[in-house]
Amino acid sequence: MGEFRMPSLGADMEAGILGKWLVKPGDPVKRGDIVALVETQKGVFDIEIFEKGVVERLLVQPGMEVPVGTVLATIVSEGAAVTAGQAVPPAAVAEPLPAAGEALIKAPPATSPFPPAAPSERIPASSPSARKLAAELGIDLSTIPGSGPHGAIQRGDVERAAEQKKTAAPAPLPPVVEKPSVPDYQAGMRQAIAAAMSRSNREIPHYYLETAIDMSSALRWLERENLKRSIKERILPVVLLLKGVARALADVPELNGFWLDGRHQIQESIHLGFAIALRQGGLIAPAIHNVNLLSLDELMAATGDLITRTRSGHLRSSEMSDATLTVTNLGDLGVNTVYGVIYPPQVALVAFGRISERPWAENGMLGVRRVVTATLSADHRATDGHRGSQFLEALNRHLQCPEKL
Amino acid sequence: MNDDQIREIVFRGLRQIAPEADPALLRSDENIREALDIDSFGFLQFLIGLSEKTGVEIPEADYEQVFTLGGLVNYLAARIT
Repeated sequence: MGEFRMPSLGADMEAGILGKWLVKPGDPVKRGDIVALVETQKGVFDIEIFEKGVVERLLVQPGMEVPVGTVLATIVSEGAAVTAGQAVPPAAVAEPLPAAGEALIKAPPATSPFPPAAPSERIPASSPSARKLAAELGIDLSTIPGSGPHGAIQRGDVERAAEQKKTAAPAPLPPVVEKPSVPDYQAGMRQAIAAAMSRSNREIPHYYLETAIDMSSALRWLERENLKRSIKERILPVVLLLKGVARALADVPELNGFWLDGRHQIQESIHLGFAIALRQGGLIAPAIHNVNLLSLDELMAATGDLITRTRSGHLRSSEMSDATLTVTNLGDLGVNTVYGVIYPPQVALVAFGRISERPWAENGMLGVRRVVTATLSADHRATDGHRGSQFLEALNRHLQCPEKL
Repeated sequence: MNDDQIREIVFRGLRQIAPEADPALLRSDENIREALDIDSFGFLQFLIGLSEKTGVEIPEADYEQVFTLGGLVNYLAARIT
């Protein structure tokens, strides 16, 4: 029997609200199906399942906020009896399972689709050191999520909670306000970004390398290609940059992966997080999967689709969790150089400024070229400047041969 | 199609890309993308939408002529049949 759990939609997520089930007991599911909507600080996401079988029981009701890792539903292999599951009345569903029970479950009042959750009365599992610290700092253990086994609260969780409490406004604790619950994504988004970026700056010893890349021949090639295409099939320069990064990562795989559990974990698949600014403010960096395997046309389509879904609120869980390196492109109107902050647990980030005409010396001649500055921010625990430099050289090399991208 | 009708098509397209902005406040010599904070993807979507409404596909080489509202309206007016 399989367990379908609350996924982590990025390093900054500790818990999520189950917004809506898109399946019911007895429904067949297969890998990649979208089975639920989950709301986090950053918005609402489509949650995929990675198992084949039949939904047996739904264990968490819409509106409940549960920590990452909580079992949301059980899945049985096809053919197994599911009568028991079908017989479960909705009321029984809210009963905490053993696994979920040890974690913190917050039951919301029944007033709105995504109401703020009230703290549970259940005392969650916690380590002695966490309990002691919580008592010292005046943290209520039933109000914070645990990251330990079965959602147990650990010392680090308490420290995080204390920090959040500190950074929160010093005003008296907000009463349980009965205001219409329009989720304040802007404030939530800011909090989520703040948590991830603070962690990055605290934990990751960044080093930075930058290089100027002559884009003239790549852009001339692209302009010729686009002339042959209808307006709907046009490819944007950023697609060349993304593909160049994927190619260079295949040459220098050390930058593609994670720093987790105190060690460097290089990933084979190249899933590029693509930082997308939201019009209402804030930023999401969902992943484009297997960029090295996509043609430029496919990559253009995938990127356009991702931007559209980011802005309309239909990102999938896998896109939020499995980027192996993030690329940020601060636009073709703005600055020349960007020094990015790595998104943990990734070990590098590649940032592009604007492509602009600049003086360029080559072969004893001075000319004007269209140039982009590529900046690598990398985790010094995982790699050294020598590797980073090899990556930027490889990136430059690939961008000089656009027809092979 | 007269200039006002073209401008209305342009505004409708811009509102789809930048829903919180009011394109009617654009000055005719203002850079549309800078004024409304539209990225390259958004601008391409906008041009695709215009091509569907007007039948005019603006080639990349002509982008410089259509960066302002005035430039864009003139460009389209000269080509809409």
